[in-house]
Amino acid sequence: MQIGLTHILVLSATLFFIGVYGFLTRKNLISMLMSIELMLNSANLNFIAFNKYVWPNKLEGLFFTLFIIAIAAAEAAVAMAIIIQVYRQFKSVDVDEPTIMKE
Amino acid sequence: MNALILSAIWGVVMMFSGIFTKSGAAIRGIAITGLALLLVVNVLDFQGTALVDINTRGMLVYNTFSYMFLNIVFGATLLYFFLSGSDMERVGLHLAEYFALIFFILAGISIVASFQTLLMLFLGIEIISIPLYILTGSDKRNLKSNEAALKYFLMGSFSTGLMLMGIALIYGSKGSFSLETIGAGTGVITPLLGGGMLLLLASMSFKVSAAPFHFWTPDVYDGAPTVFTSFMATIVKVAGFFAFIRLFETSFGSVQAQWQLFAAIITAATLLIGNITAVFQQSVKRMLAYSSIAQAGFMMFALVSLNGKGSEGLIYYAAAYSLATIGVFAVLIKLNDYTFEGFNGLGKSHPLLAATVTICLLSLAGIPATAGFMAKFYMLSAAVENGKVIWLVILGVLCAAISVYYYFRVIQAIYFKDGEPQVAEVSTTFKVVMVLIAVLVVYFGIFPQRLTDFLYMVY
Repeated sequence: MQIGLTHILVLSATLFFIGVYGFLTRKNLISMLMSIELMLNSANLNFIAFNKYVWPNKLEGLFFTLFIIAIAAAEAAVAMAIIIQVYRQFKSVDVDEPTIMKE
Repeated sequence: MNALILSAIWGVVMMFSGIFTKSGAAIRGIAITGLALLLVVNVLDFQGTALVDINTRGMLVYNTFSYMFLNIVFGATLLYFFLSGSDMERVGLHLAEYFALIFFILAGISIVASFQTLLMLFLGIEIISIPLYILTGSDKRNLKSNEAALKYFLMGSFSTGLMLMGIALIYGSKGSFSLETIGAGTGVITPLLGGGMLLLLASMSFKVSAAPFHFWTPDVYDGAPTVFTSFMATIVKVAGFFAFIRLFETSFGSVQAQWQLFAAIITAATLLIGNITAVFQQSVKRMLAYSSIAQAGFMMFALVSLNGKGSEGLIYYAAAYSLATIGVFAVLIKLNDYTFEGFNGLGKSHPLLAATVTICLLSLAGIPATAGFMAKFYMLSAAVENGKVIWLVILGVLCAAISVYYYFRVIQAIYFKDGEPQVAEVSTTFKVVMVLIAVLVVYFGIFPQRLTDFLYMVY
């Protein structure tokens, strides 16, 4: 069987929605961060697949992917700093803990 | 273009200045010099004398609207530095780094004011967002600040994920990131393109905190150190709107009929939720957070109507809203108590501060002869000109009436209630700049064309 565009799109859509689901249901901050990474990477897969199968003449999609990888790394660095700080203050990496601002 | 380069360089300069000097006054001086330079460079660029000219291959295109918008942003930030620069020292030890992060945000805003491809939109939005996550959490010992940073980061990166997926889908259907290429052939919306457009609409609504994607805003604005809330709620928010409208005007303007209703519903929800919830707040800081949602509703009118008057109105709104909100926040930072009672008796003990903050609040409420009134007028008349959303105009007027209640509650506390407000030491510069803001607010309210004329000036 030839792997075509549809297969990759289905894979990336699945990853994306696993990411959304994980983000909405997980309570652990690290898992939520992983879910966000899944979402970003599923977009990456989409970019590459569209670049290869639909618009093969230019490399725009690939370059966008490189930018996403760089930005995601920067974002993850800030995220880890925030999570460590939250852990120091609340002694937990659970998203339910920091809720002092509930109205 | 020059402003973008200079602000990025000045961010690095600020970081190094933190190594060489610990004096707060010196660091503030460097930051204010940098910002004044930015303003000068941008005005020069506006007049056609660019210091360096870089070929961006059509990725960044500056037009009069971008220059005008950047002038307003830099001008407002300059006033903000004069007013609240000294209060940043109370947040933590890393004063130079806070300024550096603000300069990086300004670099992001310069990108967002001029992007012509989706790649630059993504980069600009991220360059704005990532330093903001850090600024939100910069009060490290404060639980609220940590919680706010966490919420802001989670919501922000989730919306980034949505935005990237949207861009990927649009790329799949159009094969290009250029806004004009996307806009050119968009007579019909294919499912792929429509999905991408909706994801972009949702993620940009997240960034500008339009309902139903606004729920992070009150907590984040409340939890962040007040000096940075002031910056976030004004300059960054209007930059988000500028990007939002530039994106939809250029790439999806031709199919506006198909998404106008979506935008109108988002606007209506933002207006209602922002205004009605603000009425019930006990803390002025939180009230201002909801008021920023409510004002976002008015800025959404530019997106719904999408005509020349709307863009003009957005520039005007950016100036009016930023000036007034920066003024109110600057006084709020000086107070000990952020509830409405904290303002009790301010009119007697600090008449000058009370008068200027009252003018700012009147402007936010949209009372005639202030800039806020003309700003709302521009937005509503843009929607009337568009003609398809008259019901939204009526709703807008009603919501403006509701907003008078919570702004006047502060004025009532200032003048008609007795109390001993605890106000931190206020410098002469602070008073001068507050008076300047009040004068500008009234001046632009009486002569609105003084601001918009620049847009049509040919050099």
